[in-house]
Amino acid sequence: MTSPTLLIRDLHLAFGGYSGRVEVLHGISIHIRQGERVALVGESGSGKSVTARIVLGLLQMTRTARIGGLIAFEGQDIAKLTPRQHHRLRGTKMSMIFQDPTSSLNPVYRISEQFREVLRRGVPDIERTEADARAADLLADCSIGDPERVLTSYPFQLSGGLNQRVMIAMALANEPSLLIADEPGTALDVTVQAQTLKLMRELVARHDTAVLFISHNLGVVREFADRVYVIYKGRIVEHGRTADLFDDPRHPYTRALMDAIPRITGGGIPEIADASDTYLAPIIVHEGCAEPEVAP
Amino acid sequence: MSPVVRLVMKRLGVSLIVLVGVSMLIFTIARVIPGDPARIALGPNATAEQVAALRERLHLDEALPVQYGHFIADLAQGDLGVSLYTNRPVTRDIAQFLPATLELIFFAGTMMILIGLPLGVLSARYRDTWVDGTIRVVSLLGVSAPSFVWAVILMLLFAFFLPIFPIAGRLADSFTVPAVTGFLLVDTLLAGNVRAFGNAAWHIVLPAFALALSGIGQAARLTRANMIDTYNKPFIEMARSYGFPERRIANRYAFRPSMIPSLTIIGLDFAAMLGNAFLVEAVFAWPGLSRYGVAVILRKDLNAIVGTVLVISAMFLIVNIIVDLLIAFINPRIRLSQRTS
Amino acid sequence: MKRTVAILTSNPLSALGVVLVAAVVLSAIFADFIVPFPEHRGSVVDFTNFNRAPSWQNLFGTDLVGRDLFSRVIFAYRISLVLGVVVLVIAVPIGVTVGLVAGYLGGWTETVLMRITDVFLSIPPLVLAMSMMGLLEPTLTNGMLAVTAMWWPWYTRLVYNITRSEKEEGYVLAAELIGASKPHLIFREILPNCVPAILTKMTLDLGFVILIASSLSFLGLGVQPPTPDLGSMVADGAKYLPDSWWLTVFPGLAILVAVFGFNLLGDALREILGVDQ
Repeated sequence: MTSPTLLIRDLHLAFGGYSGRVEVLHGISIHIRQGERVALVGESGSGKSVTARIVLGLLQMTRTARIGGLIAFEGQDIAKLTPRQHHRLRGTKMSMIFQDPTSSLNPVYRISEQFREVLRRGVPDIERTEADARAADLLADCSIGDPERVLTSYPFQLSGGLNQRVMIAMALANEPSLLIADEPGTALDVTVQAQTLKLMRELVARHDTAVLFISHNLGVVREFADRVYVIYKGRIVEHGRTADLFDDPRHPYTRALMDAIPRITGGGIPEIADASDTYLAPIIVHEGCAEPEVAP
Repeated sequence: MSPVVRLVMKRLGVSLIVLVGVSMLIFTIARVIPGDPARIALGPNATAEQVAALRERLHLDEALPVQYGHFIADLAQGDLGVSLYTNRPVTRDIAQFLPATLELIFFAGTMMILIGLPLGVLSARYRDTWVDGTIRVVSLLGVSAPSFVWAVILMLLFAFFLPIFPIAGRLADSFTVPAVTGFLLVDTLLAGNVRAFGNAAWHIVLPAFALALSGIGQAARLTRANMIDTYNKPFIEMARSYGFPERRIANRYAFRPSMIPSLTIIGLDFAAMLGNAFLVEAVFAWPGLSRYGVAVILRKDLNAIVGTVLVISAMFLIVNIIVDLLIAFINPRIRLSQRTS
Repeated sequence: MKRTVAILTSNPLSALGVVLVAAVVLSAIFADFIVPFPEHRGSVVDFTNFNRAPSWQNLFGTDLVGRDLFSRVIFAYRISLVLGVVVLVIAVPIGVTVGLVAGYLGGWTETVLMRITDVFLSIPPLVLAMSMMGLLEPTLTNGMLAVTAMWWPWYTRLVYNITRSEKEEGYVLAAELIGASKPHLIFREILPNCVPAILTKMTLDLGFVILIASSLSFLGLGVQPPTPDLGSMVADGAKYLPDSWWLTVFPGLAILVAVFGFNLLGDALREILGVDQ
């Protein structure tokens, strides 16, 4: 059996500063196989987004971050990569989609210029005209009707939905094997968000891309993911196939999250009573979802 | 009409209003202060008739608004009156002294941009390292002394102790260059005299650097602050997560947006140079507006004071319009929609 | 308070700022007790000791009439600081009030007030003060007047910008809804939110007022002799470069030290109060 696209084992993260040490992740384990869509669900501050940033190698640039545990990308331990080698993976083998598409695009450059930069990560000496043609094709794949107009526009001239499609096109431009989506489209209208998620789902299925989908919104996760990890205060508390987990949520925190769904209108999670012992119960793993063995 | 043209027209209009305001302000200050300008101009030995005649000629006995009316009517014909100090038209005096000052400011402004901005970018990119620390201290020192102190220190170090640069003046006496534009660096080239050009350039380095130092510090500090602001924006994280090279992120992706708020202030620093040039010129015996300005101020030479201040303010407003154009150039929101933020 | 101490001690530059400002202010206050020759602040002549290079007796050397330069520099600090404080005490309330009123009321009031401010701002600061100084008699009082005239618009601009954004905030709208009076809204609701920015700017400006005032007197348009003044000391000494270098270098460095100190302190304050640049 080939190694999973992404394998995280016992990942720890702490921030050390003058004022002491803050533990953020207490040893989480996640795996994603090729073409699999896996969601990491939890409220804000639970450690979802930092996980994504560690995988990309962005948090390693922060000097106060103390990171422990194993992250293997396509069977390769990224801690053993030089920063340069890790850098080479970003934007090529792994890419990311952000929460607010409009503010994630540079306001003073045209879409075409930003797209060219993305494509240059895959083909460093790509010609300008070639890059623009390729970008137009990719935008067309994302059901954008007039790619030429979009390419010559600045982000502020486009709607949030269009910008989100641009982001998706950029993220998939270099055929990455792993796509990390951090609360994609949360800043958008619910209907627009639903459309773009559907589009994203089709595209990753077509390209057989593995996805780490980070969200606080269980409703969205149910539509999108094959498998779900529930994260709470830096610990994975429950893990299972989407259907199993939704049919039979076993961890009290998961149940609390589920109960909250109907009330989520603006996307927020209602206050959950502060950590009682039951919330800190050990991880519950649903049938057939054990973490793979790691070769020593 | 393109948005940019409209922007310029609008700015020109506002500038004109401000300029009228400046003329009123300085005109009022000049007229309400105690002391009889006519008496001062003619000296203590003049007869009462002579003073009265001069007062008549300068309209000093009429009501302030009437005086201002005369002034504006003359100004419309490009006439700023006669200097009581040099007995020549103020416009001619200014035309003679302004180019030397402008040359100095232009040089200093170029240094401010070419040194200050890269220092700020480096400082932000290597935030909290020794690079950043050094640049911050140096730029704060630059801001912390008036330009005449820098002028004196630089002169002492690089003209006296290490005689690298000339001590004073614009050009060695051995060169004669026909004055065409008044800008020596242009005139020497027009005359085809490369050695004179080199000599003039050599003369301008120290005074320009002394004048630029506080601007360099200011520009570096400002660029650093705005770059760090920009570094916290989502689009920079996006650029990083796509593995854009760090240097490219600093020099393009973070730099350009961060210049939008910086430029206005840099324009103001340019304006400060118009004033500080007086200090540097005094130290380096630079034959610019300074000596003239100080002389006419000490002699209460009304026409010359009003004229000098007006010209300097006009320069400042021109710089501001250029800055606005630059902002429009790098900020597509303004360029494309004419919505001034 | 704890945070304040933490920031001041963890950052050596902030600590240096506190030390420099304290040194300048204390030496100015207690000048009579710490300088070796307090009488040298006036027009004393001691030709047996004129133009001496720095020594243990005269740390900064002596000037052309034999006065101890160190004593004169410390007394010059006193005058500079008084000038700086007076200028700010007058300029800040004026500037802040204009800014608040223009920003809050809007409409014609705003247009007129801000255009007037623009007029002042479009004359380079030094040039405006110079022309005023030249037209008035060069005395300390007039010097303060001239610098004040160029200083208030900067506070107007600062406060105007803050007011414009604050007046859309919920707490102001809420106070409006319950029928608070305009003066109450302006001075009780909005003004407190401008205070951190104003305080930071005032600290920085104390240094810059000293800088501008010394520039004026350097050009002969400020405080007149025999009153000790850093700017005129540099100007007088510049004629005797490079041989009597101490005549210019020490007063020049004295300006640098004071302004640098206030700048460091201002930066530290900015961090402590969380003010944007």
